[in-house]
Amino acid sequence: MDETTVISCTVNGEAVEEIVPARLNLVDFLREKLDLTGSHVGCEHGVCGACTVRLDGVIVRGCLTLAAQVNGATIETIEGVTATGEVADLQEAFLARNAAQCGFCTPGMVMSAAELLTVNPDAGRAEIRDFLSGNYCRCTGYQAIIDAVETTLAGRKNGGSTT
Amino acid sequence: MPSMVSWRLRGGAQRVRYRYVHQPNWGKIPVKAPPFAYVRATSLDQVFDLKAQHGDDARILAGGQSLMAMLNLRLDAPELLIDINGLDALKGIDEDGDAVVIGGLTRHVELERSALVATHLPLIAEAMPNIAHPAIRNRGTIGGSIALADPAAELPACVVALDAEIKLVSGAGERTVKAREFFHGLYDTARNDDELVAAVRVPKSPVSRRYFFSEITPRRGDFASAGLAATVEIDGDTMSDLTLVFFGLAGRPILAARTGDAASGAALTGDIDQIIGQVHAVLDEELETQADLHSSAKMKSHLARVLTKRALTQFAAGRS
Ligand SMILES: Cc1cc2nc3c(=O)[nH]c(=O)nc-3n(C[C@H](O)[C@H](O)[C@H](O)COP(=O)(O)OP(=O)(O)OC[C@H]3O[C@@H](n4cnc5c(N)ncnc54)[C@H](O)[C@@H]3O)c2cc1C
Ligand code: FES
Ligand code: FES
Repeated sequence: MDETTVISCTVNGEAVEEIVPARLNLVDFLREKLDLTGSHVGCEHGVCGACTVRLDGVIVRGCLTLAAQVNGATIETIEGVTATGEVADLQEAFLARNAAQCGFCTPGMVMSAAELLTVNPDAGRAEIRDFLSGNYCRCTGYQAIIDAVETTLAGRKNGGSTT
Repeated sequence: MPSMVSWRLRGGAQRVRYRYVHQPNWGKIPVKAPPFAYVRATSLDQVFDLKAQHGDDARILAGGQSLMAMLNLRLDAPELLIDINGLDALKGIDEDGDAVVIGGLTRHVELERSALVATHLPLIAEAMPNIAHPAIRNRGTIGGSIALADPAAELPACVVALDAEIKLVSGAGERTVKAREFFHGLYDTARNDDELVAAVRVPKSPVSRRYFFSEITPRRGDFASAGLAATVEIDGDTMSDLTLVFFGLAGRPILAARTGDAASGAALTGDIDQIIGQVHAVLDEELETQADLHSSAKMKSHLARVLTKRALTQFAAGRS
């Protein structure tokens, strides 16, 4: 049986068609083939969240999804949501609060936080913590990240800027 | 599947080196999992046929939130993955008379947000946010959770507590197994390798019933060191039909039937500590806990007592 498979999908708005090894992880496909190296590879077994990307509108682990599985799907990465400006306010808040230090966790953190901003616009600090519990950060101690997300939530509610 | 256990017990700390494969026009790309073939199944019959051909060399791929981790760590090396994510017949949450029927491919996030579940299965609604993290709940499925039967998983404990039935299908037909007879031991269930978890049928919970769900974890969303799913009927001050199902304490969910029976008929008035003491005494005798790498058996027994106390305290506070 064939150990490669054909996929056609949309990545950050662009159509992609490719023959991939069946065992290739989605995040490795994005990084190695499409040069979208914003999604990071940490633990590779679902624990750290560095590989978080959007698949058909919801966040998933890029290391626990096969490239072979995204046939017909829509993928968005940190590069995509940055380009559309969807997370501009969140990124600004991260910067203002120094919520990115080494930056390894940051793309995954932003992708996760972006989902929280849409599914629970009324989240308090405890809910922000809960929602981001699947994303490890080894630098910031999390407080600054929670602050940045809180600021962004408040900013969006007021319909204005985050500063 | 003892290999899976070592993965869990090591807390995933094991390192696996990258393997590189050559891909035309891409140069060398890193891969983690051993090589396998992949089929996107388009019908149940196709799944049954492939399973008949490949037997134990083929794995069902549902949410992949456990299987992919095992493959990345090379704890499993199947020849073929049969992806069932396209099979709509296995999806959905529906009412069926006095029960709610949950398709095997229903994702954790759908249970978490379902109005039917919130109304009729409040225990499950309460358990869902404890399962892993949002990105994992967006993919993981109830069928995968039940087929895998991790000893610390929430859904197996809930379906045992709610006396649900598991519907299994294979090329040979279908059969139904009571959840209370389904979980045999560590990653060991009544399911034959060629059977799919097609659906879980959970009796609707009577409005008079009370629920308690709680677990103790190193980090929110991690597998529990100890957990308790409990339900009870309270008439005035009197408890009856107390159902206690512990998870994370041994190889499978444990229904502490003797303890539940002993507490039934007890009045939740006066000295609640005395009732808790009596329940603890039976529990200590009934419960057999097993150590894992994080907690000793003694620690787990202690956590079971703590959770039981919390449950009874909550029931006493909320009695009508
Ligand atoms: C970091 C992390 C934390 C987690 N924490 C928790 C937690 O706290 N609690 C918890 O319960 N789970 C947890 N999980 C596991 C998660 O809930 C999984 O989704 C679930 O255990 C398996 O479901 P799946 O659909 O992903 O199955 P898969 O990974 O696709 O499959 C798991 C196994 O079940 C088989 N299988 C899958 N579906 C079926 C079916 N319908 N019929 C027959 N066999 C089938 C597969 O062949 C495989 O052997 C965690 C996972 C990760 C990565
Ligand atoms: S690399 Fe995917 S969760 Fe860590
Ligand atoms: S900023 Fe370094 S890991 Fe989060």
